[in-house]
Amino acid sequence: MINSKPYRVVPGPEGLLPPAAATCGVVLPEKGEGLVLGSLQSEQDTLLVMARELLTRKNPTIFPGPLVLWAWKEGVAEKAASVLELADEIPGVRIIPMPDYRPIYPKIDPEAVINPCHPNLTIWHNKIEVCVFVGVHCHFANITLKMIRAGTNCYTITLCHEAGHEDSMASLPFCGSDQVRALTEAIRQLKREGLRPRYADTPGIQLTPTQQTVLSGLAWQHGDGALAE
Amino acid sequence: MEKHEKQRVVTPEYMFFEAPRTRHFITGSEAASEAVRRANLDIAIAYPITPQSETMQRVGDLFGEGFLKDYYRAEDEIGAFSAISGASRTGVRCLTASSGPGLMRGLEVIASWPGHRLPLVFLIMCRVINAPLSIQPDNLELAYMLNTGSVLFHAENQQDFFDYTLAAFIISEKCEVTLPVSVAVDGFFVTHARGWVEMPSAELKLPGRDCYNEAVPMIDNENPPIRIARDAPIQKSNFISYQMHAAWQQEIHAAQERSRRWITRYMGGLLEITNPDAETIIIASGSAVSQSREAIRQAQDMGHKIGLIKIKSLRPFPVQELRQACQHAKRIIVPEFNCTGWLNREVRATLYGHTEAEIADGPRVYGGITMPTEMILEWLLDAEKGGQ
Repeated sequence: MINSKPYRVVPGPEGLLPPAAATCGVVLPEKGEGLVLGSLQSEQDTLLVMARELLTRKNPTIFPGPLVLWAWKEGVAEKAASVLELADEIPGVRIIPMPDYRPIYPKIDPEAVINPCHPNLTIWHNKIEVCVFVGVHCHFANITLKMIRAGTNCYTITLCHEAGHEDSMASLPFCGSDQVRALTEAIRQLKREGLRPRYADTPGIQLTPTQQTVLSGLAWQHGDGALAE
Repeated sequence: MEKHEKQRVVTPEYMFFEAPRTRHFITGSEAASEAVRRANLDIAIAYPITPQSETMQRVGDLFGEGFLKDYYRAEDEIGAFSAISGASRTGVRCLTASSGPGLMRGLEVIASWPGHRLPLVFLIMCRVINAPLSIQPDNLELAYMLNTGSVLFHAENQQDFFDYTLAAFIISEKCEVTLPVSVAVDGFFVTHARGWVEMPSAELKLPGRDCYNEAVPMIDNENPPIRIARDAPIQKSNFISYQMHAAWQQEIHAAQERSRRWITRYMGGLLEITNPDAETIIIASGSAVSQSREAIRQAQDMGHKIGLIKIKSLRPFPVQELRQACQHAKRIIVPEFNCTGWLNREVRATLYGHTEAEIADGPRVYGGITMPTEMILEWLLDAEKGGQ
C-alpha cells in the first residue's frame, strides 16, 4: 500500500521527468551536516565522498556561478580564490562558468558556458561525469540539477552558499571559503592515504578547446606572444 | 525619525516565542494590521474590497504613522498584484491583500508569483465569489488558491491571523522557500469580530528582508551579478524547453515542501490535534475549527469523545501528519464553509489507502450561512450511528 523506502538521489539518466527529491521526502541538511544520495551525513563524511568522486570520475568540472564570478561583496574574492585552490588539487579538472541565467539561443557553446535552461548540452558535449556547482543562485541550481539528473550520468556536487540542494548527489550547505578549503583538504587527505586520481598524469586545470582558442586569441592580440593577464 | 526607525529589531525566535505579550480584545483586521506594524514591512499595495478593506485601511494608517516606506491603492487587483510583483523583485518586504471576487480577478497574476520566486505576503479575507453578488463569508476562493504554488495558511481566529501573518513574512523570505505566502482567514467571522489576541510590544520589529541571499537574484541595476536578468527562457518548441519548464514547476513545489521545516519551527506544525485517541474525528480549517470546538464540547457533555484536527497549512498539506493522526480513526467528518468541499477532497486524497475510517461528505454551509454547532453535532452523532 505504501512505499516507505527512502528516496535515493543517484546519478542518472533517471528518465524523462524524475521527481524533485524534496517532494519524495529528501530534506535539506542543517549547518554542520551534508547530503549524500538523499541521506543526511556529517559534514566531514560528505566532504570525503565529494573528494573521492572528484578524483575518480571522468572529466571533473567546476561550474562557478555569478555569486563567485564577480566580487560583488566582501568575502567573494576570497571564496573565488578558494575555488581555484580546489581546482588546483583536482587533476584534469575543467572550469566552465555559469555567468548568466538567460537562455542562449540559437546555439550554446558548451565548451564556454553552462546554462540553466539547457545544462545537459554542456554535460553531454564535454562527457562530464562529475561536477561541482558553486556560487549559483539556488533556484537556477535546482532546475539545472533536475535536468542533469534526468538526462545524464553526471555525479553532481553542490557547494551551496545557502541551505543546500536535494537534487544533487552530494551537497554541503552554508559554504563559505572555509568549507571550500575543507573540501580541498579532504582531497589532499585522500591523496595522502594513497588514492591515485584518475587523471594523475595531467595535473592542473585543463582548458576546453574553446577556452584554448580564446586564450590564443587574446595572446595574439598582444602581438608579442605573451599570454593575456 | 520615522516610527519604524525607533523600533528595535529582534530575531524571529524572540518575536514569536520569547518576547513578553499582552492581551488585547481586537478584530481580525486589527490583529492583521498589528502584525504588519511589527513586520518591518517596506511596501503595501492593494485595491479595496469587502471584507479586506478595513485591514488595508489600517495598514494605510501605519504608513501615515511612519511604519511603512510606501503604500498606495492600485487601479484594480490586476494592477495591485502586478505592482507588488515588481516591488518584490526589487528586494523589499511586500504585502498585498484581497477577498473573493478581487482575488479571482487577480488570479492569473497570483499564480505567476511562485514561478517568479517572489517572496511576499498575501492576506486573503475570504468572501463569497460572485455571481450572484454577495459580500458574505464563504471560503470557496481557497479552492482556486490550492494549486497556484503559493504557500497557504488558514487562520482560525484573530490570534492565528496575527501569528501566521508575522511568521509568513519570515517563511516567505527563507532562501530555500522564496515563495509568496498567503494567509487566509474567514471574512467577517474573524475580520469583523473581536477576539483575544496576545501580542509582543509594538516597539519590536522583525529583521528586514535579506534580499541578496535568496534563491533568485533580485533586480539591482547597479550591482553585478544581480543585474543579470532572471527571465524565463524563450518558448521554443523543443524538448529542452519543455524539460526546463517542467523542472521549473517541480522546483516551485519542492520549495513548498521546504517550507515545512519553517512552518514547524515557527508555527508549531502544519496541524494541531485535540483528543488524538478518539475514534471519531473532525478535520477542519479556518473558523470551522472554532465551531467544531464548541460542537466537541457539547458532544463531550453527552458522553462522546471526539477528536479534532486543525489544519493550519493547506499548502504544503500535512500529508504524513494527517495519515498518522488518523491511523486509528473510525469516522471522520469535515465541516467547511464552501459548497465544493475542497478540504474534504484534500482529506480523502491524503487518506486514501491509509485509513479504514468512513469519511463523511460534509457538513458544509455556504453563501454566508453560519455553521450552527448543532449541525456539526448532528453529523457527529449520525456518523457514530453509522449514518451519513
